[in-house]
Amino acid sequence: MAEIKEVTYQPDSIIEELGYDDHFHDHGHDGDKYQVGFVSKYIFSTDHKIIAKQYLITGIIWAIIAAGMSVIFRLQLGFPEESMAWLRPLLGKWIVVNSEGFGTLAPEFYYALVTIHGTILVFFVLTAGLSGTFSNFLIPLQIGARDMASPFLNMLSYWFFFLAGLVMFLSLFVSTGPFSGGWVAYPPLSALPQAMSGSGVGMDLWLMSLVFFVVSVLLGGINYITTILNLRTKGMTMLRLPLTIWSFLVTAIIGLLSFPVLVAGFFLLIFDRTIGTSFYLSDIFIGGEALNHTGGSPVLYQHLFWFLGHPEVYIIILPAMGIVSEVMSTHARKPIFGYKAMIVSIASIGFLSFLVWAHHMFVSGMNPFIANFFILFTLIIAIPSAIKVFNWLTTLYQGDLHLRVPMLFAIGFVSFFISGGLTGLFLGNAPIDIQVHDTYFVVGHFHIVMGVAAFFGMWAGVYHWFPKMYGRFMNETMGKIHFWLTLISAYMVFWPMQYLGIAGVPRRYYSFDSFQTFSMFDGMNKVITVFAIIAFFTQLIFIFNFFYSIFYGRKVKSKNPWKATTLEWSTDIHPGHGNWEGKLPTVHRWPYDYNIDQVEYKPQYVPVSEGEEVIH
Amino acid sequence: MASTTANVNVDKWGGAARPMKASYGKLMIWFFLLSDALTFTGFLLSYGALRMSNAAWPVPDHVFSSFPGGLHHKPLIFVTVMTFVLIVSSVTMFKAVQEGHRENKNGVVFWMLLTVLGGAAFLGCQAWEWNTLINEEHMTLSYNPFARHTESGTYLEGDGHEIKAGDTFEAGDSYLIHKHEGHWKRLKYKNEQGVVKKLQFGPQAFGQLFFCITGFHGFHVFTGVLFLLIIMLNVLSGLYVKRKNHYEMVEKVGLYWHFVDLVWVFVFLCFYLL
Repeated sequence: MAEIKEVTYQPDSIIEELGYDDHFHDHGHDGDKYQVGFVSKYIFSTDHKIIAKQYLITGIIWAIIAAGMSVIFRLQLGFPEESMAWLRPLLGKWIVVNSEGFGTLAPEFYYALVTIHGTILVFFVLTAGLSGTFSNFLIPLQIGARDMASPFLNMLSYWFFFLAGLVMFLSLFVSTGPFSGGWVAYPPLSALPQAMSGSGVGMDLWLMSLVFFVVSVLLGGINYITTILNLRTKGMTMLRLPLTIWSFLVTAIIGLLSFPVLVAGFFLLIFDRTIGTSFYLSDIFIGGEALNHTGGSPVLYQHLFWFLGHPEVYIIILPAMGIVSEVMSTHARKPIFGYKAMIVSIASIGFLSFLVWAHHMFVSGMNPFIANFFILFTLIIAIPSAIKVFNWLTTLYQGDLHLRVPMLFAIGFVSFFISGGLTGLFLGNAPIDIQVHDTYFVVGHFHIVMGVAAFFGMWAGVYHWFPKMYGRFMNETMGKIHFWLTLISAYMVFWPMQYLGIAGVPRRYYSFDSFQTFSMFDGMNKVITVFAIIAFFTQLIFIFNFFYSIFYGRKVKSKNPWKATTLEWSTDIHPGHGNWEGKLPTVHRWPYDYNIDQVEYKPQYVPVSEGEEVIH
Repeated sequence: MASTTANVNVDKWGGAARPMKASYGKLMIWFFLLSDALTFTGFLLSYGALRMSNAAWPVPDHVFSSFPGGLHHKPLIFVTVMTFVLIVSSVTMFKAVQEGHRENKNGVVFWMLLTVLGGAAFLGCQAWEWNTLINEEHMTLSYNPFARHTESGTYLEGDGHEIKAGDTFEAGDSYLIHKHEGHWKRLKYKNEQGVVKKLQFGPQAFGQLFFCITGFHGFHVFTGVLFLLIIMLNVLSGLYVKRKNHYEMVEKVGLYWHFVDLVWVFVFLCFYLL
């Protein structure tokens, strides 16, 4: 192999010479009044970079709460014979202490914990915290825009998310407890306030919170799509967009088309709860008394819910995939393998995600014939997913791998995506799904493939773009400890669950004391709990690293510390309002020119030299 | 754009341009309408699912047959009037947008005012229709007196209106259970096997879906009227003259208004025609 030529670029002068003048600074935006006060700069900010950080930090706070909940219910599952009286100061009446001082977790609260754990992670952390953060941060910076199409609606989007979080947080403190019917909120448990204690005020607040959340997602999504379509800088064709942007675009489109259907389903649920309709209710007895509800169908709710619910898992995983592609190519110093195949895969995953929802409902009593249709499309999704995995592996193959923390997490993502994705093939088949439905097999599967994998994608993104966000690096050693401990403990938590599931251990159970069959798994449950606790405390390292590095991390000295090609690395180390001081960069090439023609890398704003072959 | 690239197509998608020839604001309202369309799709598919699972679903011609002035047996006449009013308001909205392109402030205001009146008239019609259903025919969320026979038989008593004892009916015929002095009058009948039964109430879901979905649509019309009024006042104040973008805001609220009309066509189709 020929010698690779090291290069340095001067983005300022290149952009000054060849950039695209949009007359942004003529309007006097520099001394914009929103940059002045603390409140308008850091709280009610309309700057996409600040909003991205708000999403990220809010997401981190929610992640701690949700992970803490999982530790508590894992203690119950792993060590039911130990007293939990020590948690009484935190959980109050939900820890029932008997006369001997032995404390047990109230079963109602166990259900509330798993419900809220799921809701928070799926919606607040892996939707808002992941695509909210990186779509906001990267879309304008990577396509060469001054900000989002509507910075004001963008700000509203964050504050609706905040409001959703606030209402959800309040629901933790109502005396009947937060909603406890599972994050999918199936009726009749969710539709009848008298069904159980958690179905009362807790459920009202849960629904209110999620309706606010959908408003936030829609405001954000409309903005992302419009910005990507209309605000690309000169030369930034659709086939020169980084894969991050493609994944955010498809994610936003999926959200735009699926969340409104969930809202329709939620409205009908709200009507059932409040004004006495019976859309989801029929022939129900509570406490021996027949209710005046006839003709409704609980399966209707399941259809409406999963019409969002399944696309939602792609809303979670696609941004992570985009981030991983970008991070991997940069740190492997190789062009991403199969750029167009990646785009086609992202788009086809997005399309297929709308045709598979009922594979969550194989045991719901739905017509078994219809199941064939959903099995077929579910298994077809394996094809674009496999193409993506193949492309990541071939990107790594013979690359000049720099195993820095973001790269480690990107590789970890691929590992989890493969292990979790393979069990998805089992679940997509109705004959097998009927066996393992509602067991720990399902829990293990989705935690690996969309929980841990999406988190690894998110961490890859945080470690990679932290220098751009805060002008400092995160600590590399702490990052590596974070990576290895999380990798090991996440596998040790979720891998054994798949054995439990095959053996038939059902999910959502508070205790297995009365099932002799499952007592052989006591040891495995203890192991899972121990590793869940290790995983939880490992995250404290990350959180310390994150906040410590904001203030005391190693400073970024040059604009482009990773020697990446995308446009965000041509801005100042601390980009101000409008992102680029003078003109906008003009784009001349695709974003993956690494080690092409014996040149170390060529950023997108560098013009094509004579005789050079252009890829896109 | 001042680009000199020969291929126009490349230029449009090549950045620093509007690939769909629409400003970001118009794109955003289009995407919002797309999402709102899916909310209505969710509602109407729920309607379809519940309706298909119920054999006694009332016939629209029978339910929606009242007309102001105490007239009965005028199937779908009133809703035709309502629908006509709403569609005409779309035409006036179109005229307002057209006047906007001509930068004719007074024309914009005039046609927007007519649109507001059309919207308000539609809402008034809806109020009358709901009132008739609730207070005269006693259809509520809990009780639906409109239904269809699922078996043939003979009435054993009359209702004092049209049905007399001895009248026969076929499976599929419509009926309405009347309420007299606060009591439901469920007539007795004998089916072909000679079993004596009382008339059953119709499916609850019919009234529930009707009130929720037409209510949700009516809420859209109501907010549309509000937006129209606010933007009309802005037009009067000369705000959009300063912006020099051919009253794009009027065009955007127009898109919303046409969308609300279009949704009504589907609601109309599901509830009144099918």
